[in-house]
Amino acid sequence: MSPKTLYDKIWDAHVAHEAEDGTCLLYIDRHLVHEVTSPQAFEGLRMAGRKVHAPEKTIAVPDHNVPTTAGREDPAQMTEESRIQVDALDKNAKEFGVHYYPVSDVRQGIVHIVGPEQGWTLPGMTVVCGDSHTATHGAFGALAHGIGTSEVEHVLATQTLIQKKSKNMKVEITGKLKPGVTAKDITLAVIGETGTAGGTGYVIEYCGEAIRDLSMEGRMTVCNMAIEGGARAGLIAPDETTFEYCKGRPHAPKGAAWEQALEYWKTLFTDEGAHFDKVVTLKGEDIQPVVTWGTSPEDVLPITGVVPNPEDFEGGKVDAARRSIEYMGLTPGQKLDSIEIDTVFIGSCTNGRIEDLRAVADIVKGKKIAVNRAMIVPGSGLVRAQAEEEGLAEIFTEAGFEWRLAGCSMCLAMNPDQLSEHERCAATSNRNFEGRQGYKGRTHLVSPAMAAAAALTGKLTDVRELS
Amino acid sequence: MDKFTTLTGIAAPMPLVNIDTDMIIPKVFLKSIQRSGFGKNLFDEMRYNRDGTEIEDFVLNKPQYRSTEILIAGDNFGCGSSREHAPWAIADFGIKCVVSTSFADIFFNNCFKNGILPVVLPQEQVDILMADAEKGENARMTVDLAAQEITTSDGEVIKFDVDPHRKHCLLEGLDDIGQTMQKKASIDAFEAQASAARPWV
Repeated sequence: MSPKTLYDKIWDAHVAHEAEDGTCLLYIDRHLVHEVTSPQAFEGLRMAGRKVHAPEKTIAVPDHNVPTTAGREDPAQMTEESRIQVDALDKNAKEFGVHYYPVSDVRQGIVHIVGPEQGWTLPGMTVVCGDSHTATHGAFGALAHGIGTSEVEHVLATQTLIQKKSKNMKVEITGKLKPGVTAKDITLAVIGETGTAGGTGYVIEYCGEAIRDLSMEGRMTVCNMAIEGGARAGLIAPDETTFEYCKGRPHAPKGAAWEQALEYWKTLFTDEGAHFDKVVTLKGEDIQPVVTWGTSPEDVLPITGVVPNPEDFEGGKVDAARRSIEYMGLTPGQKLDSIEIDTVFIGSCTNGRIEDLRAVADIVKGKKIAVNRAMIVPGSGLVRAQAEEEGLAEIFTEAGFEWRLAGCSMCLAMNPDQLSEHERCAATSNRNFEGRQGYKGRTHLVSPAMAAAAALTGKLTDVRELS
Repeated sequence: MDKFTTLTGIAAPMPLVNIDTDMIIPKVFLKSIQRSGFGKNLFDEMRYNRDGTEIEDFVLNKPQYRSTEILIAGDNFGCGSSREHAPWAIADFGIKCVVSTSFADIFFNNCFKNGILPVVLPQEQVDILMADAEKGENARMTVDLAAQEITTSDGEVIKFDVDPHRKHCLLEGLDDIGQTMQKKASIDAFEAQASAARPWV
């Protein structure tokens, strides 16, 4: 048999039908659903008199619209439109009989944090969700990607997706990371290298010593932003770190089933000599703490750098950079670590897990914030509970952070957590698009450690220089 | 879904690269539970001032481009989120074909589900169409899906590639779910085999 990549193996194990032209029906093991991209899909089923094909493989949780402030059960905290969407999910989940974590459930949170936490996401699975950050689940060696609402309806009705196979791309991070450098810096540095269209048409497998050394939380951060690099999915081969994370989770297999699963999971790696259509290699020791300066995730530079000059780019990127720098209110040549910050946002499916919060607590313990506002939004109710148990919440509130309830929050600002015009934010989220965090708001993407550093100094700061 | 066969209409130039889904339809408009009505908010933050008045120099606000049906766009169009509200807004505005050097995968896929034809062409050919689109309402291009050709207002013909299955579905206006349900036996057989091989799933 010819050697296969990890992607090839998972793909081959899920083809339910293949047409002559290579169009496949890919079987879906887990379908995650949230309130923004599903109402039209459920309505479509209803109109056609169809059922959900596999409700036991379908998991719904509201996250995009939900308020993150205390007392959010009070409907007055949501706009009427948000309430309609959350109510629609509630109604649809119950009517179609899918697994459901309502706002009142401690397990509620961002769909991409809840899935792994509850053991729904396991190695070798196919996972989809009407959300581009579904790529997160690739950290388990699961083929996971975002889909549109028509496809959500298609998966609900048939448990399959019409797909053609993508190409294989390998991103290798060799060696060790230097102190102060995190998974977020890896994933941003890769996008800086490849551009936001560099992964278009590919599934990326991340590998190399620096990836192996990451915890599951770190791996999820890396895969989460595969989509910002243009790839629908990112993958990391499962190993002991993965198995250790999965073991004992509520929906992970137990006993003999666990052993059987483990035996299969250990076959999920790229064979020696398997073909990749594209290979990118970065040295772990070369990666520095990075920040974004513009309005595309590819606008990334080490914190030691300066705002670039648009004329230094080529083609269409010259105008795009000019527009970005104007939007961001910056000046070419300006030192990145001189940029003053109004607000710090820590959370999202990129960096809203317990390890992220621990990294922040390490830096802010016993200190005070120097920004107008700083909020920490845990990725799930369980992350929040754990942070409280570990004493992190107390560290945050004493330092001046707002300690919020779980949700997507200011990552995309569909709930009340928004930037105002020209408000400048250091954010641990994944997109710095124009208006992403609020109309005319300005976003700099950073790691949790760098966000914590910015919170303490009031400007973008090299975390390695904090005493 | 509406069929897409041939289309003759005004083409508008949007040369900016990396036009993302938040630009196409800002999240504030994602709160609808309908599929229609997004057209008035297409490119909302580029198209309107905060007070709701139109920004005059935005291309789709110019008199000659108000009934645009074809968009000629910069590289990596539709990057960002999976929101199908983006193609819904484009279709609802009346645009049925978008041409670029590349599209983000999820957006590209979503177009076909909504009767929109995304066309990928090399830079030199996009440049030709961009220049043609600059001519305003005189730039009436024709997109012929069956022949896989775009004809510029000057009569220049540019060929394009399209996946045969997707072409067929667009030409016939076929509903994916109905087609997949005809393959139910394959899905059932797969499920039986997979649940034996991987019972923990």
